[in-house]
Amino acid sequence: MTRRWWPFALVAPLLIFLIASFIAPVMLMLSRAVIDRDLERAWPESAAALRAWDGDGLPPDELARTVAHETLATHRAGTLNRVANRLNYDMVGSRSLLYATADRLAAGAPGDTVADLARIDPRWGQPAIWSVMRHADGPLTNYYLLAALDRRLDAEGRIVGVPREQAVFGDIFLRTFKISAVVALLCTLLGYPVAYLLASLPARTANPLLILVLLPFWTSALVRTAAWAVLLQTNGVVNGALQTIGLIDAPIQLIYNRLGVYIAMTHVLLPFFILPLYSVMKGIAPTAMRAASSLGASPMLAFRKVYLPQTLPGVAAGAIIVFTLALGYYVTPALMGGGADQMISASIAFYTNQSLNWGMAAALSLLLVLPLLLMLFAGRTMVRTVPA
Amino acid sequence: MIAVRSRSGRLGRAALIAFCALVFAFLVLPILAVVPLSLNPGGFLVFPEGGLSLRWYRTLADSPQWTHAFGNSFKIAVATTAIATPLGTLAAIGLSHMRSRAKPVIVALISAPLVMPIVVVAVAFYFLFAPLGLVNGPVGLVIAHSALALPFVVIVVHASLSGLDPDLLRAAASLGAPPLTQLVRVLAPLAAPGIAAGAVFAFMTSFDETTVALFIAGPEQRTLPIQMFEGVREQISPAIAAAATLLIVASTLLLGTAELLRRRGERLRTGSAAPDVGA
Repeated sequence: MTRRWWPFALVAPLLIFLIASFIAPVMLMLSRAVIDRDLERAWPESAAALRAWDGDGLPPDELARTVAHETLATHRAGTLNRVANRLNYDMVGSRSLLYATADRLAAGAPGDTVADLARIDPRWGQPAIWSVMRHADGPLTNYYLLAALDRRLDAEGRIVGVPREQAVFGDIFLRTFKISAVVALLCTLLGYPVAYLLASLPARTANPLLILVLLPFWTSALVRTAAWAVLLQTNGVVNGALQTIGLIDAPIQLIYNRLGVYIAMTHVLLPFFILPLYSVMKGIAPTAMRAASSLGASPMLAFRKVYLPQTLPGVAAGAIIVFTLALGYYVTPALMGGGADQMISASIAFYTNQSLNWGMAAALSLLLVLPLLLMLFAGRTMVRTVPA
Repeated sequence: MIAVRSRSGRLGRAALIAFCALVFAFLVLPILAVVPLSLNPGGFLVFPEGGLSLRWYRTLADSPQWTHAFGNSFKIAVATTAIATPLGTLAAIGLSHMRSRAKPVIVALISAPLVMPIVVVAVAFYFLFAPLGLVNGPVGLVIAHSALALPFVVIVVHASLSGLDPDLLRAAASLGAPPLTQLVRVLAPLAAPGIAAGAVFAFMTSFDETTVALFIAGPEQRTLPIQMFEGVREQISPAIAAAATLLIVASTLLLGTAELLRRRGERLRTGSAAPDVGA
């Protein structure tokens, strides 16, 4: 009974490390999808006044005075940038409007009423900018999630579609799911026979063949992608070989398009399908198949009725692993695909590193993770309900 | 396994073997093909005709960017191994003796880094480290890589422990050994090959990691994968094939060793159990 407490003590350091360095950061990052405190932090009084306002039409003069006051104050303190960026996400031109207004206020222009501000720039006399500010008054927002779904709130607070030329994420998400599904399907088609062959061979023959699966498994995804990038060049080895055997007359485009993405991603992920399925197949007793044959079933029928159903949990596990890994892939599509083959990861990277719109990066990440968690959950239930 | 007598059965078997041969070729040939390409004396990415050359390996060795990146990757991978191996080993030992209902929850938490899309992980680390000023230093990368490597260490070590005979520990306990002594004198030697294999996995996880490094490493912390990524993206040359060859050889050697260690560990346990019982 002395063994009751110490297992927990041994696991504790790892759990603390993992929670502090991984689970908490991921949660915090995802929570940024709904947290919106840029305006609130820089303009606390305006944020309070915006929340108190009913949001109908133009605001009271008192609110305008507070906004004018804090615009000038944050401009002088150098923190106007955050508000300007946040409002600009929602309405292009807000940024320059704020800076121009701050300059005029600093030069002595009055800013005590809505009418005063409208004399500095007529846009202050229209409801749009005020509605955008009200949507950004924090601490929570649905702005980023709506934007990630190609939706926005209009001036009346209704959810509407964004203009067609801005509606990009629906297509990118669809493409991400499609590429991942095709790769999972290709891995299933290529991997099932291989796992079956490996499981049906004696260890003496199977072990050396298994190395052929482990070798790519051990080599990093980047290195294998780099290998494909080298081989699939227009004047590369594969095009050369295809021309030599006369299949094609001129080099064809094998890289920087969807074909290149499919080839490299299937290659990278195939071992992740074969290995779990192989271990499931190894656990299937051969006696059931022999019984089926002895009862007169043809090999095909015995396979279909007896063997195949027992392997389905392994197929589901492998396909789910491949699909979920593929959803978040960044490096392989970035190197093998063209602009029209980029997955949602490229958008997330763009908002993180280039446009620094972290709310957007978090919202896209959240939308990527949610279906994934559902899938994993469904996968578990499925594996459990399939009779083993 | 399954007796195949009929003609159609034999034909089916032949078709299966032929299909699998093609898939094996697809899996392995692209990796092997890079090797001769890297020995090309010319600047084209074709198989060399008339003579091999180590010219592109020299290019790598003479390039301060590549050597600097290699040094960075090596240092970060060593630090990752130093953090992840002890933490993961302790946890694996703890897990293998845990009978609590909390166990599945703990296992799920530990495997979280495996199922989270890597790009989401990269963004989370970026958001965490950017305000702390850790994005351009090695510390952030070491922490990130340790979190990613931990599940592998736990899985490998846990697997090597699961075949362990619990009677050995009970015997030690009945002879009066306190838990710590059981751990150090009985468990550790038996688990050593598994732990070594776990350490290799931790090292390679860090050494090969690309996406998180691309997000959070600054220009001073360029790792080998970053250098390679930019090389493929900007100017693809036989130097890339040479770097890929080196990495393929390194990972095959290291992970092949880990696999052998793992199997040796299995043999050690099953082999050592029998004489103990006999004696």
